[in-house]
Amino acid sequence: MAVESIGSPQHAKIAPWNDPVIRGWVFQAVVVGLVGFLAWFLVTNTVENLARQKIASGYAYLSHEAGFEIGDSMISYSPANTYARAILVGMLNTLKVAGLGIIFATILGTLIGVGRLSPNWLLAKICEGYVEAFRNVPLLLWLFLFYKMISEAFPGPRQALNVLNALFLSNRGLYFPVPAADPIHPWMGLGLLAGIAGAVVLHRWGKQRQAATGKPFPSIWAGAALIVGLPILIWLAGGAPHHMSWPELKGFNFVGGTVIQPEFTALLLGLVLYTSAFIAEIVRSGILALNKGQSEAAAALGLSRAQAMRLVLLPQALRLIVPPMTSQYLNITKNSSLAIAIGYPDLVASVNVTINQTGQAIENVLIIMVAYLSVSLSISAFMNWYNKRIALRER
Amino acid sequence: MHKASVAAAVGAVALFASGSAWAGKDLDSIKARGNLICGVPTGIAGFASADSQGKWTGLDVDVCRAVSAAIFGDSEKVKYVPLTSQQRFTALQSGEVDILSNNTTATLQRDTALGLDFTAITYYDGQGFLVPKKLGVKSAKELNGATVCVAPGTTTELNLADYFRANKMTFKPVVIEKVEEIRAAFFSGRCDVYTTDSSGLYATRAANVPAPATADDYVVLPEIISKEPLAPAVRHGDQQFADIVRWTQYAMLEAEEYGISSKTVDDMLKSDNPTIKRILGVTPGMGKALGVEDKWVYNIVKQVGNYGESFERNVGMGSVLKIDRGLNKLWTQGGLQYAEPIR
Repeated sequence: MAVESIGSPQHAKIAPWNDPVIRGWVFQAVVVGLVGFLAWFLVTNTVENLARQKIASGYAYLSHEAGFEIGDSMISYSPANTYARAILVGMLNTLKVAGLGIIFATILGTLIGVGRLSPNWLLAKICEGYVEAFRNVPLLLWLFLFYKMISEAFPGPRQALNVLNALFLSNRGLYFPVPAADPIHPWMGLGLLAGIAGAVVLHRWGKQRQAATGKPFPSIWAGAALIVGLPILIWLAGGAPHHMSWPELKGFNFVGGTVIQPEFTALLLGLVLYTSAFIAEIVRSGILALNKGQSEAAAALGLSRAQAMRLVLLPQALRLIVPPMTSQYLNITKNSSLAIAIGYPDLVASVNVTINQTGQAIENVLIIMVAYLSVSLSISAFMNWYNKRIALRER
Repeated sequence: MHKASVAAAVGAVALFASGSAWAGKDLDSIKARGNLICGVPTGIAGFASADSQGKWTGLDVDVCRAVSAAIFGDSEKVKYVPLTSQQRFTALQSGEVDILSNNTTATLQRDTALGLDFTAITYYDGQGFLVPKKLGVKSAKELNGATVCVAPGTTTELNLADYFRANKMTFKPVVIEKVEEIRAAFFSGRCDVYTTDSSGLYATRAANVPAPATADDYVVLPEIISKEPLAPAVRHGDQQFADIVRWTQYAMLEAEEYGISSKTVDDMLKSDNPTIKRILGVTPGMGKALGVEDKWVYNIVKQVGNYGESFERNVGMGSVLKIDRGLNKLWTQGGLQYAEPIR
């Protein structure tokens, strides 16, 4: 035996239970088997318990009439619609508040983050105070505060603050006039899309020309003119229909126009202010991580501080900022479910009511999980793609 | 060897699985635990509210105290779990509480698809509307276009939508889970109307109006738009426990009907009336049939009181709510409270 083991190691001689390859496979198979067994056990046990207690299961309820009203909807909805549509209304409300939250928090956070690095002492300290205040108090408390401020501080609809008989601010929200529906509107939408596409093309062309000839092209202003101008041109061509739907007080509430409701305002405000404090710190850390030589070189070239920030520092800092920013975007999306505390009808609110009316908690919770998972994974995928695009290409 | 251990593992798990499948004996686990876990509302004056010492009182609370008195002979062996309208059914289904005494309306959907059993009706209620007096509204038919505060996941929320649809009116709901937050939204003027069971409206009006406003600044509209029979609920599966909960309510009603109160119960033990002797266990047999002590009704009435006492103390003329007994009078006095006989 000793002779054998001293000799050249032979795989064939190793007993199967000592072979690391076979062992590895066996362990992995056992682990997979155990996990699978646990899953099977949980599922069958749950199904059995539900059946024993005669609790309904399956997704058939989705096509039943929901029967409850929702206070804020982007698509037409009435209690006669199905549970599926009620959940869709909630989903769209979640996407609305999360999408707007991401845009505003990014803008505000970047401004605050840059502001904290300002040589102006007052501005830097204000920005620092902002970050510390919003970052260190739980979001839920901010939501309660904003909601109470709106519902307690603003007057009732009959005493609404009236601006030129057009804007009405009360504890029912902000009512303002909108153009009455007109067949020209879809075409104006198309014009807007065309304007955006045109602006992108123009911007690329301007960059190429600058690279080739050195002449800068004001592509931002030209693009903005395209985006705003095209829909207006179409509107003029369509005879400039100017019927407006004006809000007016009828009975209990305002009728006509459109409204931004207090629940939505409070939630958006809370999400934006809270998350922008974190984004500000990410932006600041991204800029501070750059070599000091970059800003000095920019100054030596004669760029102003604003130009240096926009053309030299921020584009480089972006590479450091994007990965942690992804988590903040995911946080906004997930934190929007705190809506339930102040009564904004988001996805969780719709599904919770559905759970209560149908009693099918497991199915409904799965819907919420899948919905948030797909939104979050989409955001992650987009941010990863963007991160790759702006990554330093080393040649 | 390997095969044997896998077989043993499967066997053990199968045993565990079937063990949990048998766990329908709610009553056994309550007795083994030594207390009753009771799901109550998070705070409705007169029905369930905790005082500064954490002591719970109210009509819903008395139901649990009476069940505890029937099972343990002691009305204080109850642990209270406050639950919102959204949490309550899941809490009962999952076994977090043994019994829901939560101002819950008995409906077909809840009795069947949710896997619950409703026992005897403890309070005949109906949905109403509370409005500020200064709005000058006289009828629910005038509420077209109103903003309405309502709790989610309730029959109230559904009745509200039905009522407005049936009367070709529109409304804007403001839906918040915590009842305290809904009331705050209503009193701050975010909503024109607060709707819930009328008992809850009276409770809110009596106990929750923020100063300097008073109860007189708010009115409950005359329309009652729904039937809301409030009953305790237990899980499907343990009929004996459901029986005890049901007969506890009947016992409190029977006691009132035969004039047995917490003050007279000791004298009543000497009564010659065969019905009273049977109810109080002087003639044995009733308690044994139900699976509790023969003195069960004596314990309930002595410690909690009969239905009339509980009603007057918590929500009736002896309380701040001053709710008229109305439908909840005994059948002998023109009400709907009619107990099946204890015999």
